[in-house]
Amino acid sequence: MKTDIILAGVGGQGILSIASILGDAALEEGLFLKQAETHGMSQRGGAVVSHLRISDAPIAADLIPKGGADIILSVEPMEALRYLPFLSPTGYIVTNTTPFINIPNYPDVEKLMEEVRKQPRFVAIDADQIATEIGNKRAMNMVMLGAATPFVQVDPDKIIRGIEHIFKSKGEAVVELNRNAFMSGREFALANK
Amino acid sequence: MKQNLYLGVEAIGQAAIDGGISGVYAYPGTPSTEITEFIQDSKQAAEKGIRSKWSANEKTAYEAALGMSYAGKRSIVCMKHVGLNVAADAFMNSAITGINGGLIVTVADDPSMHSSQNEQDSRFYAKFAMIPILEPSNQQEAYDMVYNGFSLSEELGVPVMVRITTRLAHSRAGVIRKAEKETNPLKLSQQPSQFVLLPAIARQRYKGLLKKQKDFEEASFTSEYNFLKKGTDKTLGIIACGITINYLNEHYKTKECPYTILKISQYPLPEKMLHEIEKECEEVLVLEEGYPLVEEAVKGIFNKHIKVSGRLSGTLPRDGELNADLVAAALGLETLEGATVPELVVNRPPALCQGCGHQDMYKALNEAADKYSKGRVFSDIGCYTLGALPPYQSIYSCVDMGASITMAKGAADAGLVPSFAVIGDSTFTHSGITGLLDAVNDNSNIVVVISDNESVSMTGGQESSALGKIESICEGVGVDPKHIRMLVPMKKYHELMVSTIEEEIAYEGVSVIIFRRECIQAAAKRLRAEKKIKQNPKL
Repeated sequence: MKTDIILAGVGGQGILSIASILGDAALEEGLFLKQAETHGMSQRGGAVVSHLRISDAPIAADLIPKGGADIILSVEPMEALRYLPFLSPTGYIVTNTTPFINIPNYPDVEKLMEEVRKQPRFVAIDADQIATEIGNKRAMNMVMLGAATPFVQVDPDKIIRGIEHIFKSKGEAVVELNRNAFMSGREFALANK
Repeated sequence: MKQNLYLGVEAIGQAAIDGGISGVYAYPGTPSTEITEFIQDSKQAAEKGIRSKWSANEKTAYEAALGMSYAGKRSIVCMKHVGLNVAADAFMNSAITGINGGLIVTVADDPSMHSSQNEQDSRFYAKFAMIPILEPSNQQEAYDMVYNGFSLSEELGVPVMVRITTRLAHSRAGVIRKAEKETNPLKLSQQPSQFVLLPAIARQRYKGLLKKQKDFEEASFTSEYNFLKKGTDKTLGIIACGITINYLNEHYKTKECPYTILKISQYPLPEKMLHEIEKECEEVLVLEEGYPLVEEAVKGIFNKHIKVSGRLSGTLPRDGELNADLVAAALGLETLEGATVPELVVNRPPALCQGCGHQDMYKALNEAADKYSKGRVFSDIGCYTLGALPPYQSIYSCVDMGASITMAKGAADAGLVPSFAVIGDSTFTHSGITGLLDAVNDNSNIVVVISDNESVSMTGGQESSALGKIESICEGVGVDPKHIRMLVPMKKYHELMVSTIEEEIAYEGVSVIIFRRECIQAAAKRLRAEKKIKQNPKL
């Protein structure tokens, strides 16, 4: 059993917190884990990617080979497409539909979504919208994390415990918000996969 | 055993603490920064009294680490690959002086130049200095090598280099720790003259270093990190250095690799092992991250003229980071390929943050410099280097730390007037001060812009050595105080900034204009921390 995940986004969007919660939950289950991150210059608003590999057997490379990713989890639609060469023929794209526009030549969002819909397996979710409805747009990350869970062989309850742990210091209201965000993302993906 | 989820750099930081260091010395540089940050944030390190403040540059860091070793204590000095250029004088000579307390120099190379201006391979430096290298293949080895590396350094009597690359530095995996060691007692060397490199002593020390090469090679031969695994198919042998073994193993998860593998994670190269693979195999493929150091070396070591391939032969790319796909191609294995990237996907380069003071500085500088021909602004290394990209396109150089001031000086000496230097606060104290002194002594006609955001921002907001000292340094170096100008880079001061730059262009001599506003990332972090303390005064 293995799950190879490409986490994609823009520097500052917080994909590393998604990776960190998933990673901790996997380790909790006694699984092997390797997670390669982008630090440095790209964190200043550039394209960033993290390769997260979870397996019940020891993992060799820190990077996922091309055509090997089971999921591309992207918090932004153009970044979802940037890593297509890594997606396995049986893999899923799980992407947020709200674009992150910080460059003048950002392509037409509808055309980007057409490309996403051309892929055989995808979940397109407006995570910003869902997070806003729940109470805070900043919980977008947790919506996306929830949306990825139907395709990741890690116990969702363990992930929820990770969320509770991370947000504990900010009070029960924040924990509740993020737990709801996670569950909404998960339910959406289960219904729309 | 408890697994700790550590980045490669964090594993090194933890291993240094557990391995008994009394101090870490470093200047921030991607991908090495988090080693020192990990130690700075560690409660265990604080309890042990481990010294961990940032140094002004890699040379001062290296020398201080050597001084700690002189006093008998264990120390680690960390830097990115180009940082070793700055520390090279101390580094090369420390191989001749040798050490007293164990000394590890950790150098993080950046193949593919994710955050760097070149991809130089630090193994060449260690070979040049004739000291051993440890090159971990994973996070656990990184921990183990650093933990045991201090004793190795003490046994062999020289500094030991731990060479990592970006991929291992910034990838996380489970790491099992070992028992914490005590720090060394304060104790000077039995042969105190070892650190006095007068020619007569240096000649003796150098002979000693040459004599030790045998021991270093024997240590590589018996090292648990180097091994030969014989295969059934004798047509090919593979030498896999450091993390490249993972890119090979990626393809042999369910079946054994048929070829003989020689894993190399400790140098100098163990020649006996190389002769074994030479005897065993018809040809040899070398997998190594960085330059073709091993590929070149084995050709001189092998007795037979067998085919050797790798980065030099073109079997693997000559530049950039390796990966499992490139290794598969070199082995003729089948690889998968997902869908192609649609054409409408465009690049998303890094950019200055919204609201960053460098932006206001560049807007003013562009306007003031507009009436002159282009190509007059020399710059340096930091966030402000992004001023080379649209929409500012203000700067025309970024070479090495501090080069903005000295290159502007040289260009002005040649007649390019006005010439500007744009340098950050931390880069200025790293390597800009001596260049400014040259300019003052020569009364060069330059305008130096110090874009002071009061932090080392590109690497994540570390404390700047320049904090609160820039004006007095400039005055101390001899810049006329009338031509040390202070500005706050904000939209509302745009006209004032432009006119101040124009006034200093008109002055024939060295001008320094300091644009000072806190980095907005640092400001946001500070506000969050203050808010937290307000809510929880007990923290």
